[in-house]
Amino acid sequence: MKGIPLSALFGLIVTGLFFGMAALAPWIAPYGMSEIVGDVWEPASGQFWLGTDNIGRDLLTRMIYGGRNTIFVASMATALSFCLGAFLGFTAAVYGGWVDQLLARGNDLVMSIPTLISALVVLSVMPVTLPVLIVVMGLLDSTRVFRLSRAVAVDINVMDFVEAARLRGEGQSWVIFREILPNALSPLVAELGLRFIFAILFISTLSFLGLGIQPPAADWGAIVKENREGIVYGIPAALVPAVAIVTLSIAVNLVADWALTRTTSLKGGRGA
Amino acid sequence: MPDPLLSIRNLRIEATVHAPGEPSREVVIVDDVSLSLDRGKVMGLIGESGAGKSTIGLSALAYGRGGIRLTGGTITLNNREIRLADAATLRSLRGREVTYVAQSAAAAFNPAKRLMEQVIEATLHHGLMSREAAEARAVDLFRTLSLPDPETIGQRYPHQVSGGQLQRAMTAMALCPKPDLVIFDEPTTALDVTTQIDVLAAIKTAIAQTGVAALYITHDLAVVAQVSDEIMVLRHGKMVEHGTVQQIIEAPRQDYTRALISVRSIEHTEKPPSAQPLLVVQNVSARYGAMAKDVLSNVSVQVHPGQTLALVGESGSGKSTMARVITGLLPPRAGQITFDGRTLPRALKDRPREDLRQIQMIYQMADVAMNPRQTVATIIGRPLEFYFGLRGAERDARVQELLDAIELGKGYGERYPAELSGGQKQRVCIARALAAKPKLILCDEVTSALDPLVADGILKLLLDLQAREGVAYLFITHDIATVRAIADSIAVMYQGRVQRYGAKSDVLAPPFDDYTDLLLSSVPEMQIGWLERTLATRRMESAGN
Repeated sequence: MKGIPLSALFGLIVTGLFFGMAALAPWIAPYGMSEIVGDVWEPASGQFWLGTDNIGRDLLTRMIYGGRNTIFVASMATALSFCLGAFLGFTAAVYGGWVDQLLARGNDLVMSIPTLISALVVLSVMPVTLPVLIVVMGLLDSTRVFRLSRAVAVDINVMDFVEAARLRGEGQSWVIFREILPNALSPLVAELGLRFIFAILFISTLSFLGLGIQPPAADWGAIVKENREGIVYGIPAALVPAVAIVTLSIAVNLVADWALTRTTSLKGGRGA
Repeated sequence: MPDPLLSIRNLRIEATVHAPGEPSREVVIVDDVSLSLDRGKVMGLIGESGAGKSTIGLSALAYGRGGIRLTGGTITLNNREIRLADAATLRSLRGREVTYVAQSAAAAFNPAKRLMEQVIEATLHHGLMSREAAEARAVDLFRTLSLPDPETIGQRYPHQVSGGQLQRAMTAMALCPKPDLVIFDEPTTALDVTTQIDVLAAIKTAIAQTGVAALYITHDLAVVAQVSDEIMVLRHGKMVEHGTVQQIIEAPRQDYTRALISVRSIEHTEKPPSAQPLLVVQNVSARYGAMAKDVLSNVSVQVHPGQTLALVGESGSGKSTMARVITGLLPPRAGQITFDGRTLPRALKDRPREDLRQIQMIYQMADVAMNPRQTVATIIGRPLEFYFGLRGAERDARVQELLDAIELGKGYGERYPAELSGGQKQRVCIARALAAKPKLILCDEVTSALDPLVADGILKLLLDLQAREGVAYLFITHDIATVRAIADSIAVMYQGRVQRYGAKSDVLAPPFDDYTDLLLSSVPEMQIGWLERTLATRRMESAGN
């Protein structure tokens, strides 16, 4: 891990901090998650580092628990969308013909409906639980990953080394996982950094609209929703989650950039 | 003595390399090169890829491609120092005093504009002539370059003329503003031999008639010997030797020049055909998708065990399609293929693994024939695992054996393809094919992307391996010199048919049919005056005309 650039180091530390706080929420949060500990919208103080929220709960505690939910749902949904989208995208590219047509046109169909609307429709009829949220977000996001991975794989699929593997008699799974995947990694890693942030924004949007994580559980989007009236009175509580999202976005993408330079190297990352 | 037109003194050119995933570094591309060119003279710059010959050529325009910087020395054109000249001076010079002919005319022309517009563009831009005068000059040049319909060809779009014609149109473009100097950057390298000879003749005539000076850049000494007055041999950005054509060809002073001249001197005595052929292709026809025309029609050839059949022809003659049909990638429409006494299933997916193992393939572009994310050991080791189930130490030992067989030593197994040179990459591809212990290897233009000396090494290796392992080759190439060096029998292909087929000594001995005659006579020979002699005696016009 030596020779790691300063920006990536900063990204790693901040990302690690966010994930660490999310994982250890019950141990590091100063108060209980939905415990009312003070007055409404108290300013920041030694007792409440970020002040209190619209009904007097400690905002820092809410942020930590909220981050736990937001980051967990976003990570799972991103993981799901990548596994599914990349696998189907590569499959479509490698098989071609009607398999490709079916998958690609089906994908177009889903993409033609704005994701937020599809999500709202599905979530209004389904019980809103964490697994349902993850699956819905993962499926909707996987359409974007499908597009990208199919486009990348179609280009790689016609290279001579893939033909050489076919002539050797290799099966499709070798072609997909050993010939195409390693060469498609760079664009996928770049996309991963972006997708994760979009997933955070998406779950925050859903929660803000009341169809995401349900109260009293905290979540960054829900915190904005709960405290949005405070903005009129100059209470900054609703802006705290925004700052958190920005910080995490930048940090994650600094790490993704670094991973990108390493995966682009054709010399196995040596001398990088 | 008058001052030379172009004088380059102690030129030094550097660049910053930004390899993906690595820190940038500085490299010296050209170091301490000096040359001087008089008006109306032609100098050939020759060298392998990476010798810096194109970079030096472009420096006469005071131009560095990409991140290239002209960091030292002087470049004097028409008694004016231009290396450090300002942009306005350079603009007035480029396209007026010095012009450039690129290797790939197809990529250099704007496909959306008519040829005439592009040929006279620089002339009009610099205000050298009126539009009428420029067009009249362009038509004259078209005639000099023996383009068909010189009056009207300018009205066509680039895709409406052949590659050889486009290359001549670009020469007309370069000559139109009456420059003092033209830089020809490998103008015939991308063309078939039968087209190359005509373009070469056209360029030579045009240079002679307009009295322009030229820098002619190429890697083919035989070509440069036809058009130049002097030759400079370059290697790794440094000058190796400089002299008149006669001196370089007939009395080279440096070992490297001698090696370049004696390249392709491999002697291979032809083996008699055996009783039982290994591969029999019988009356095969094939076409791609729903095309109305056969790419291969009624082709029959045989390959004998441990021998080499060369498939020769120009691009589009169907020779690579033949390889695709034999491997099963393109199932034939008619005919059958027999291998080792058994009929091969037509399509790849129906063939048992044993059949796949017996027929291996080596590609033209070694860089894209290997997965850049796998180490050499993985690339060579996979067929061992896949066909023979070798694992662990046993596999590693065999990989090392194969690496030794292709004359790469220890430590290469851990490298990635990006860490190998072009010749080494092709050797690894050969090792991958050999790992399967095949009876037949299809070689698709395996040496045409390589520099002559490197290609020579690959051919020697292939012959050596054939002698040791008894493997047969189907060798696809457009290069007659390669065929002479390696083949036992030859099939000449023309427009999807086998034009001439038999033992090497029969095919290459007269009497020839017209096409074979054209093909054989179009291969440049390293003799002064070869071009004129050949044009005077040939019987058939080439297809590119």
